[in-house]
Amino acid sequence: MLAKANPGIDERIKSEPFMTRLMKRPELGAIGGVILVTIFFMITADSAMFTLSGIMNFMTPAAQLGILGIAAAMLMIGGEFDLSIGSMVAFAGMIFGVFTVNVGLPLIFAIPLTLAFAASIGAVNGMIVIRTGLPSFIVTLASLFILRGASLVGLKLFTDGSTQLRGVRDAVENDFLTPIFSGEAFGFVFRKLADIGVLETFKSGLPKVPGVPVEILWFIAFALVATYILLRTSAGNWIFATGGDSNAAQNSGVPVRRVKISLFMVTAMAAALVAIITVIDAGSTDARRGFMKEFEAIITAVIGGCLLTGGYGSAIGAFFGAIIFGMVTIGLTYTDFDQDWFQVFLGGMLLIAVVFNNAIRKRVTGER
Amino acid sequence: MTNPIIHMEGIKKHFGNVIALNGVTFDVFPGECHCLLGDNGAGKSTFIKTMSGVHKPTAGTINFEGKPLSFNSPRDAMEAGIATVFQDLAMIPLMSVTRNFFMGREPTKGRGILKRFDIDAANEICVEKMRDMGINLRAPDQAVGTLSGGERQTVAIARAVHFGAKVLILDEPTSALGVRQTSNVLSTIARVREQGVGVVFISHNVRHAMAVGDRFTVLNRGQTLGTASKGNITPAELQDLMAGGQELATLEGSLGGTV
Repeated sequence: MLAKANPGIDERIKSEPFMTRLMKRPELGAIGGVILVTIFFMITADSAMFTLSGIMNFMTPAAQLGILGIAAAMLMIGGEFDLSIGSMVAFAGMIFGVFTVNVGLPLIFAIPLTLAFAASIGAVNGMIVIRTGLPSFIVTLASLFILRGASLVGLKLFTDGSTQLRGVRDAVENDFLTPIFSGEAFGFVFRKLADIGVLETFKSGLPKVPGVPVEILWFIAFALVATYILLRTSAGNWIFATGGDSNAAQNSGVPVRRVKISLFMVTAMAAALVAIITVIDAGSTDARRGFMKEFEAIITAVIGGCLLTGGYGSAIGAFFGAIIFGMVTIGLTYTDFDQDWFQVFLGGMLLIAVVFNNAIRKRVTGER
Repeated sequence: MTNPIIHMEGIKKHFGNVIALNGVTFDVFPGECHCLLGDNGAGKSTFIKTMSGVHKPTAGTINFEGKPLSFNSPRDAMEAGIATVFQDLAMIPLMSVTRNFFMGREPTKGRGILKRFDIDAANEICVEKMRDMGINLRAPDQAVGTLSGGERQTVAIARAVHFGAKVLILDEPTSALGVRQTSNVLSTIARVREQGVGVVFISHNVRHAMAVGDRFTVLNRGQTLGTASKGNITPAELQDLMAGGQELATLEGSLGGTV
């Protein structure tokens, strides 16, 4: 007689230990990377790196890159690339500079207009990719050069021949929206903490760290919103489906075109946001702004667990990927190493991440 | 006697000067499994694509639930209740079973900006529907890539039935499967049929067809050679019809009846 099988449990499947489940998360590599890099700098770097001001120091560039990286990750999950992100930062910076300085618009108009402008260029990128069926890699490579060139020409046009547009600081200084896009937030909390002696202070009694740089807050907020969209909304499911197999997604009723075009628009707007934040911060914009950021953003996404083939990845992973990036860029200055090791390190990181992700993918899909 | 859900009469389809279908008549009743048999090139694929709205017939009529109907797109057919499970299954291996199950038709809760994918409800429905089909999922967030071919087929069938299919077209569901998996899929088909769905089972394997079919229609060179109901035809006769009868008869001896 055959033993009667328990209908609820398949006897061939072992229960899965917590660690194995953890191993299947796309973020795992990036989180592991943050831990490794932290240990590395704990040992090699000056202890100043992990003080509050040291952390703010490396989180600021991490945040600027991370906003781009999270957008790039979402687009990559949707199965496309955008190589024009870096140039878009320069172009949006130029547009924003022209709106605020040359036209003299207040931020409440200048910012939405800049974002809308960037979004429309993103939409054009997306439409070209969809209409022609060409790889987005090649289409956005073209946009990379077009936008970079257009930024140069535009800057010269609006500044009588200079490649730098100054005066943004003066133009927006007294705008009520400036504190949202520039400077430090929660200053009062930090002053309070300094008063009661929790934070280190200067001789004047002011805290050494005046607050949280706003870009860090934007970065965290964007990571949370992106994660929520990816994991808890229909749109998120459509993004994964579109990247996984756009044909299957289309046949199942997913609006594949709309998903892809929206993702290109989000990426372009993320670039514009970074442009706005950094341009207000610097007070000027130039044609080299955002140089090479497209590659750094893609590396961030890959370290964060995105597959180059699409359909898999996470925004939280890209969040940690960006932190690794910031730690390495800034951290090397706290060590005795030559700073130019940075790029070697970056290449190594990328290679390890890709190999690791590939192994993870095989685990998830049960390939043998 | 109930009426057929779909009745297709004298369907012709020409592609330029190629005549792919030359007068095919086919119908499906609720709760029946109607097998469409034919060798490669007989016109099976063209016919099911016509039925599922991918192609428009050059001539012939389609009656759906008694009313004449013409589908302009696969979407029209899907909305009317004709679901097709193609060989590629429209499944994404990297995504979880639940996410695949509800792909493009996610249940939501909340409204406005808080409208979100109700993942708990989705997981629950998915596990339940799969259990109905005789598959116990390890976890609803298990990736489809970890399922076997037969299980994937079952997910695709369960999905079609859950979303209200009245006619379920299965395109060679057993062609790439092993013996055990084939029997699983065949028993899934039997369950679906019990729920009153009309199943169109396309195959060139007579044994698989005989196992679940109520009626058998043989296509050859774009034409129906006839429809027989279960018990009125032997596997050997079906096999002969499919092959056109001649060459196979001479091969029969040397192959010892194994085809």
